Amino acid sequence: MKKTILTTTMLASAMLVGAGAVSAQEIRFMCSTDGNECDVIGEILDGFEAENPGVTVAVDVVPYQAILENLPVQLAAGTGPDIAKVTDLGGLHEYYLDLAPYVDRDYWQASFGDTLDWYRGGPDDDGIYGMHSQLTITGAYINRTLFDQAGIEVPPLEADWATWAEAARAVAEATDTPFPMAMDRSGHRIAGPAISYGAMLFNADGTPLLVDEGFTAYVQQFVDWHEDGTMARDVWAGQGGSTYQDAAQEFINGDLVYYYSGSWQVGRFDEQIGDFFDWQVVGSPCGTGGCTGMPGGAGIVGFEQTEHPEIVAAVIDYLAQEENYARLTAETRNIPAHIAVAEAGVEYVGASDAAAAALNAWAAQVPTISPIAFQYQGYVNNRAMFGITVERVSQAIVGELTVEQAMDRAVSDLAAVMAETQ
Amino acid sequence: MLKIISPIMRIIEIPMLFAQRRLGIQRLAWLFLLPNLLLFGLFAFLPVFLNFAYALTGGDGILLEDRPYVGGQNFATLTDCENYLDPNSCNRDFFWRAVHNTVWFVTLQVGFMVGFSLLTALILNRDIRARGFFRSVFFFPVLLSPVVVALIWKWILQRNGLLNSTLEGIGLEGFVWLLDRGWAFAWSVFLTVWAHMGFYTLILLAGLQAIPRDVYEAALMDRASPWRTFRKITLPLLAPTMLVVLVLALIRSVQTFDEVFAFTGGGPGSATTFIIQYIYQTGFAGAPRLFGLASAASLMLALILVILTGLQLWANRRNVDG
Repeated sequence: MKKTILTTTMLASAMLVGAGAVSAQEIRFMCSTDGNECDVIGEILDGFEAENPGVTVAVDVVPYQAILENLPVQLAAGTGPDIAKVTDLGGLHEYYLDLAPYVDRDYWQASFGDTLDWYRGGPDDDGIYGMHSQLTITGAYINRTLFDQAGIEVPPLEADWATWAEAARAVAEATDTPFPMAMDRSGHRIAGPAISYGAMLFNADGTPLLVDEGFTAYVQQFVDWHEDGTMARDVWAGQGGSTYQDAAQEFINGDLVYYYSGSWQVGRFDEQIGDFFDWQVVGSPCGTGGCTGMPGGAGIVGFEQTEHPEIVAAVIDYLAQEENYARLTAETRNIPAHIAVAEAGVEYVGASDAAAAALNAWAAQVPTISPIAFQYQGYVNNRAMFGITVERVSQAIVGELTVEQAMDRAVSDLAAVMAETQ
Repeated sequence: MLKIISPIMRIIEIPMLFAQRRLGIQRLAWLFLLPNLLLFGLFAFLPVFLNFAYALTGGDGILLEDRPYVGGQNFATLTDCENYLDPNSCNRDFFWRAVHNTVWFVTLQVGFMVGFSLLTALILNRDIRARGFFRSVFFFPVLLSPVVVALIWKWILQRNGLLNSTLEGIGLEGFVWLLDRGWAFAWSVFLTVWAHMGFYTLILLAGLQAIPRDVYEAALMDRASPWRTFRKITLPLLAPTMLVVLVLALIRSVQTFDEVFAFTGGGPGSATTFIIQYIYQTGFAGAPRLFGLASAASLMLALILVILTGLQLWANRRNVDG
């Protein structure tokens, strides 16, 4: 009898443990951050876990390089996480989980509008794959204090590149500042100015073009500015390959008058510049193609290989709800991609007056973004095009190739990429 | 200790003798080697065979099954040049720039490396004051991580670095050393020589100390000049060691990547991009990831290394044969 009771008890315990294991579902979220995004996401998801007992969302914080280099390999090998925060939005499309069957399509369409396209496979694809959590815009900052010290008026918003270059040179000369202008070493960064110079980047049928008259004209101007000292050579000539390099430290140190970078620098400048000098967002200079920067940023996606597609969709949908998205935006000091949140305005938590003004200035730039820039950001092979741009323009800057040779090479590089990815 | 080990060995001896009787000594040896062979095969041989397979496929897929077979197309793409001496005329100009840079780098770096190592070894072999200290000083950079070496020299050579501060301190004008193609290349050679010469100095020092003292005493009695002693005694007797140093330095120089990548990123432009960096960028860092092209380039590099290794084996054999 005793033996029977013991056996029954053991079996019951084993079944209970087994049942527990089945109901306890863990979702792994690979997250990288240049601020506090992963922490805030984790805190918001505590609410999701409370509403969904038995579901755990483990947020694995990894370096950005792991997202760029390791995640694609993991996904190809079928060992990726369930959810990740990614920046190569179109490039990883083949692995995305379509959230459409699990979420309110109308809400998502109304809330995220055009950014949904960035995650899609093409014009015929109407799936919902990712929530754009961090909208960024490229554009410029100025050291306002240097302008004031030099007694030179800040050019108006609609000023063109030549006007800004002249003003930056004059300020640098008057204040003995080492660098009048600098732009991050990035193909994404140079795209906005090139579009402002008239670059189309794509043919009428949507195939990538990259080099045309407008693009070449900006590259020529950019190279000339490196030769005459207007642009800081250290940024583009200080690295090889397509390696990213910014000039944030030079700006923070007060060694730079005009810095073309993007909205994601606001938090860093707010924290590190403090009262050292006044800085200001001036957006993107104008040209025949408009006054556009490049949109970008990061988004949260689920992967098809997950064993729990419904939970993955529920997690992302939870983050996409207006109140949660508003909290995420406010606490991470980002520009909202959620239309309702943007319209309602964001009260940034813990931001100084300068940072809040800067973030609002960036948000005001959104309507000026060219449709070409949106198309480029959503194009599946844009990382390849960015890489080609950086490598070839750098060669022209350091004198390895002429601008004409560099542009010819960029065209043949793009053809090779297209051939390999067909 | 023996008291503890002996009983254990006696226990092990029983199954060992049994296995030896059943399998024979040779098979038993293979049995012991098996775990190592499996691990070595999995992590060394398998990747080599996979590399061959990837070199024969194209596309941007990661899994072999997603990659179309293209035969020798990757090799043809890499070697498609009108003039091999002019990278601009090549289909893959970055590959040929990397090849040119590597050839120049190897020639200069190995030359300086062997020369300076020999000079240092000769000095440190003399009866100088604080000889032990100086031997440690020259060997110390070998212990540093390549990234640390690169960062140290970057801090020294950057716009506001130590060198420019010193130059400006004595009234000279500073220079942006790493933004000029020629200077960046020259400093890359210098940095790698500085970082590794301690290792070769040590080998040459051992070679110098192996030369019998009585040969020098005989030369001294014959009133041979120091230069003649060096040419007629030191150099010929040190030649086998020199050859080993030369080949080792050559192989290592061809494989240069980490220090220079952390130092200049391969720039300005492609001035300090070497073959390994090309392989890394093509296969892993760039978009799309062209594994086929990177594998083909790595096989071409492997061929060069096999030739250099063969040279070392041949040199060693000649050395042994006298």
